[in-house]
Amino acid sequence: MNEALASLSGAAASPGGLLLPAAVLAPVVGVMAAFTLGGRNAQRVALALAPVNIVIAALIASAVWRARAPIFYHVGGFAPPLGLSLRADGFSAVMLATSALVMAAAHLFARADFATPAGVAEARAPFAFWTLTQALSAALAIVFLSADLFNLFVALELLTFAAVPLVCLKGSAETLRAALRYLLFALIGSVLYLLGVTLLYGAYGTLDMALLAERLRPAPIVYAAAALATAGLLAKTALVPLHLWLPPAHANAPAPASAILSALVVKGSFFLIVRLWFDVFPALAAGAASALIAGLGCLAILVGGTMALRQARLKPLIAYSTVAQLGYLFLMFPLAVGGAPWAPDAWAGGVMQTLSHAFAKAGMFLAAGLVVEGLGHDRIADLRGLGRAMPLAALTLGIGGLSLVGLPPSGGFMAKWLLLTSAAEAGFWPIVAMLLAGGLMAGAYVGRILGPALATPAPPLRSRPHPLRGAAALALAVVALLMGLAPLGFYDFLDIGRPLIP
Amino acid sequence: MTPGALAGLTGAFLVGLGLYGLIVDPQPLRKILAFNMLGSGVFLVFGIVARNGAGAGFASDPVPQALVITGVVVAFSASALAVAILNRLVDEEGEASLRPDAPPAPADRTAP
Repeated sequence: MNEALASLSGAAASPGGLLLPAAVLAPVVGVMAAFTLGGRNAQRVALALAPVNIVIAALIASAVWRARAPIFYHVGGFAPPLGLSLRADGFSAVMLATSALVMAAAHLFARADFATPAGVAEARAPFAFWTLTQALSAALAIVFLSADLFNLFVALELLTFAAVPLVCLKGSAETLRAALRYLLFALIGSVLYLLGVTLLYGAYGTLDMALLAERLRPAPIVYAAAALATAGLLAKTALVPLHLWLPPAHANAPAPASAILSALVVKGSFFLIVRLWFDVFPALAAGAASALIAGLGCLAILVGGTMALRQARLKPLIAYSTVAQLGYLFLMFPLAVGGAPWAPDAWAGGVMQTLSHAFAKAGMFLAAGLVVEGLGHDRIADLRGLGRAMPLAALTLGIGGLSLVGLPPSGGFMAKWLLLTSAAEAGFWPIVAMLLAGGLMAGAYVGRILGPALATPAPPLRSRPHPLRGAAALALAVVALLMGLAPLGFYDFLDIGRPLIP
Repeated sequence: MTPGALAGLTGAFLVGLGLYGLIVDPQPLRKILAFNMLGSGVFLVFGIVARNGAGAGFASDPVPQALVITGVVVAFSASALAVAILNRLVDEEGEASLRPDAPPAPADRTAP
């Protein structure tokens, strides 16, 4: 009782802290409004809230920048361990901004795909799409901001339940099978994560990440909990060998849904792995476990790249490219630990890879959707002349591909360059070799798409998509490009709240 | 063996059995049932944590009980979603199978 009163007297929020629950509440209000108002209003609510989410994300970023430290908010005024807290550092703020921007572009793109037909009050697929994407935004906001392990479990479940139906909106047997497989993998992930959280609570009596970090000592139960929670989150992040659900799910989903899934949903569970390893279990991050996870990342680059080279259709190629690019993210684990001089660069490289891949992949999936609409198919063998027939889509695929390969001046180049220099300084030559090999393979599979696209005879178009949709896709790819030109202040921003592991 | 240890071992056994069924059994409905068994094992472990972590004079720690209730609701929703998708799959195809070597889909339809 006395401890509870003592925690009540502390500060309930840092300046700007009220923005954090606002970032969660805005999409939640959107979901409820979309669900109750129904019909066409679901789309109107989603489109109306898109700029609101962008503004809130921008305000949170500016609050973190002004404070030069993470901002926090204790829900209900109760500090941990009595209550749960929301916390935003540099990584959270940029992920929130990325989520808001990618969602807005996908929503603008999807106005044509998921418009309720005239003469009908409410249609199944459009209503589901506009409601579920808002639920996805809310889940992502909680994932990026929450500092309580069980709250994060609920957020992960919300993320899964909002993402899985997006895969099977078309209703065909293939998409249903892909959605069911995705759901089963994701449920394995959730349950293993929950078991890890259970063991941690049983050992240390708290669920708050900061308090756990203080109380943890290396012990068998901590190793077991870390292994279980990480395995669960790896299943959700589709790291090889748990990647089998991703290519069918992302390739068969409708284009805006694929963009959101590849860009944001898998990054949510990756964000949690980073939080767990760097904030809660830093001693483990410095050991052989991070070498293991980097090894899986290298395997992912190889497997994803090889499978992408073998694909006959555009959307599965882009989906396998996601598997490969997710492998790059895990290379940062052995490099960003410790007080080593290359650790800030490796951290910045990992974060930049998350962000640039999100924008580039979302743009590419939206462009692939345009290609399917325009040509009626997405067979790579028959993409000759795409550049003349659909210049915006081809340009988006090109610029996005630039970032995936890691050519300057894109964000992908900065990410891979930072990881490369950190690995070279640290002397981890296998990682250097894998980064270079991955870049070559990405160049090969991007070249498979772009080569025919530059041929001369333009194929006949079945339908001409609205130019604004092409512009939305191109805008995302251009953001990935511009991230390569980010000023040094951006990297200082990413460094705010970076866990310093001794 | 204390009741706590027995319950913990039972929970671990259920988790193992559930994970085995979820990974190995090819039929989707059995995978969903195995997931429920896995969840039950985890909740049992939570229950033991509640009993061991109780404060002086209390029968059990209320926090894990709240977490178990939340977990039960989440597992229920997950099973409902999975069964709904499985039902639609059976409606579309007439059989329930997640065969990984399904033939590649024909060229995409353009309308959702």
